Amino acid sequence: MIDTLFTHYNYWVFAVLLMIGLYSMMAKNNLMKKLIGMNIFQWAIILYFISIGAKRGAQIPIVVGAHGQGENLAIHAAEYINPLPHVLMLTAIVVGVATTGISLALLIAIYKRYNTIEEDKIIEALKK
Amino acid sequence: MIEQFPVLIVVTPLILSFVVNVAGLWNRRLCFYIVVVALASCVVFSLGILKTVLTQGEPIRYSLGNWQPPWGIEYVIDHLNALILVSVAVVALLVAVYAKRSLEQEIHESKIPQVYTLFLLQVTGLLGITATGDLFNLYVLLEIASFSAYAVIAMGERGADFAAFRYVIFGTIGACAYLLGTGYLYILTGSLNMIDVAHLLPQSFYSKALLVGLAFFMVGVGIKMGIFPLHVWLPDAYTLAPSAVSALLAPLFTKVGAYVIIRIMFTVFDPAFSIDLYPVTDIVGWLAAIGILFACIMALAQSDLKRMLCYLIVAEMGYILIGLASANRLGLTGAILHIVNDMFMMACLFTVAGAIFYQTGTRDIYQFRYLHRTMPITLAVFVVGALSVIGVPPLCGFFSKWYLLLGAIEAKQWALVVVLLISSLIYAVLFFRVIERAYLEPREDHSHASQKGHPAPTLDKVPLSMLAPMVFIAAGIILLGIFSGKIIAHIIEFAIPAAL
Amino acid sequence: MIRHQEDIIIQTICRMLIPFMQVYGLYVLAHGHGSPGGGFQGGCIFAASFILMPIAYDLDKAKRRFAERRTILFCSLGVFIYAGIGLLCLLLGGNFLDYGKLSAILPVDPVMARYYGIAVIETGVQITVMAVMVSIFINLITSGRHEEEMRNTHD
Repeated sequence: MIDTLFTHYNYWVFAVLLMIGLYSMMAKNNLMKKLIGMNIFQWAIILYFISIGAKRGAQIPIVVGAHGQGENLAIHAAEYINPLPHVLMLTAIVVGVATTGISLALLIAIYKRYNTIEEDKIIEALKK
Repeated sequence: MIEQFPVLIVVTPLILSFVVNVAGLWNRRLCFYIVVVALASCVVFSLGILKTVLTQGEPIRYSLGNWQPPWGIEYVIDHLNALILVSVAVVALLVAVYAKRSLEQEIHESKIPQVYTLFLLQVTGLLGITATGDLFNLYVLLEIASFSAYAVIAMGERGADFAAFRYVIFGTIGACAYLLGTGYLYILTGSLNMIDVAHLLPQSFYSKALLVGLAFFMVGVGIKMGIFPLHVWLPDAYTLAPSAVSALLAPLFTKVGAYVIIRIMFTVFDPAFSIDLYPVTDIVGWLAAIGILFACIMALAQSDLKRMLCYLIVAEMGYILIGLASANRLGLTGAILHIVNDMFMMACLFTVAGAIFYQTGTRDIYQFRYLHRTMPITLAVFVVGALSVIGVPPLCGFFSKWYLLLGAIEAKQWALVVVLLISSLIYAVLFFRVIERAYLEPREDHSHASQKGHPAPTLDKVPLSMLAPMVFIAAGIILLGIFSGKIIAHIIEFAIPAAL
Repeated sequence: MIRHQEDIIIQTICRMLIPFMQVYGLYVLAHGHGSPGGGFQGGCIFAASFILMPIAYDLDKAKRRFAERRTILFCSLGVFIYAGIGLLCLLLGGNFLDYGKLSAILPVDPVMARYYGIAVIETGVQITVMAVMVSIFINLITSGRHEEEMRNTHD
């Protein structure tokens, strides 16, 4: 059990961050805290994906001095870390930024209208 | 040219949405015509794709950038995809024509170009989700569709921005869960292409990581679809959105989510996994049954017409899941037919609700008295939609319910059969509530009708650009019902995986 | 609303930093081929240079450089570059983003044509990302009244 904790620590970190984000989205009353929880949720997933691409003792996936050599170059893929999760997570980071942008704009609109960003007060104001 | 249709159907609304954005800086009236041109070309492309798939017999596989799969992204269009592409494009075009006057009434005029931009981006996302054959590409397009939905819902009535914020939180959990599912599949197989993953997956059928991946997929797409425990964002968001926007989102977004679940359960994960190895279909069946009953009961309690229709969406999602839970050819036929039918039925009902709001300013059922004198055509369209949802032949709703019932009986899931029949009865109560209040008058008013100043019978004051699409959608419902047999025999028979 | 405050240290440092930030953004874009970088990263750094201006100086100066009309135009320009290159490849006979077919109009072989195709596309991405980031920032701090406040300050 303890050695699983030390060798697979990236999975544990991912799970803890995911649950912190999920708890914050569910249980907090303030809309800004929910937004920050959503951010933590998304970044936990990004961290997870990048951590699964890492290999022990491998190089970064940039082939030095290969410009113009083309087909004559032999590349041993096992020596380089997996670049595909990094590329996928670039897209996920952009998605996260866009989500944060939309949520902040919505928060400002909500604040202008109801003068509060506490969820229970907004629900009360909507019931009237 | 026709080989390029799979990518043109996604790229055309994408480019034209930004053309709308730029054109809105100079002339606001131009935006609507660009939207109609974009969606009309999408209809043409989708019909071309359907014809190609029908004559070819096997799926179209289009690689972006000419990179061969599994290294490149490819668009795979088989019979299931092609049918849903056609329905999405046709419904989107009709709702776009309907949307012009409705949006002009509800949204401030300086925001009209932005609404049309988001409209086209939404349709881009939906068409892309249907057309793609790559798991991560589906995530990106799902997020495009979701962002447009978040932004355009927030432009609605009082309380819409809070409803949109809640939808953002829920929707992000859903999309991230889908991303996690993709990640688990990538860890196990090393590929992101749906067909390639389906080849590589049987080696890891007994691993727990695959089960977690499937669970994440189901939760993620379930939030977007509006399955029973995860539907909480749906009533507020779709009720408070502008009418034309609800008419676009409600029929299309949830049904495309249903298509994604069918893809994941039966193409990516082999039917042997989803049905025999783990009781996925049992769980789905129970969720569907409880969801239908819950949604029907909640719909009975509503006095706002649009809110009642939103709970109806949740119940219709339950129907599709009953088709999946039966796990035989009949049930899956009913589910796929129901996806197409429900797009038209919900479009019909939501456009009627928007038209009633346009003319009378209210959506409260208890104020619908004497509506048949002032809005006869709109109410006729509503009756067609209502009868189709209840399941009266020869309208399309009857045929999909018939196949769902047959599938459930053949799979010996008696609880699902009972739920199907009870819910049809509750639908009848729901709709006759509205129809009775709109059509029938109390006896005492008959003799004093002319003296009391009740409205004299007139034709709808709703403009023609809103009436014509509604009548076309109603005609579509009738046509879909008449031609159900042909659709099933030629298209849906080939869409179901052969292992069932 | 960010008010105008005279602070000589911040203004001088920002005046020196902003051109370097913009050049660094372009550098990250250009080196995206062979090292970490690319369109999105370069666009964010470029946008950061524009966002530094209202923090150091006045909001109106930044808004004069980035009116809402210009933001919409730049945002769409990037998408048109991206999709335009894709459609150009379509017209030249290949699939959607098949840059190899660009060798028909550029004087290089198909392998190098893919290299240049990606470079142009990343430029489009950078333009769009920069415009959207600045637009998000200005809309958030003016609470959505990007256009109106400009009209007021011009009176």
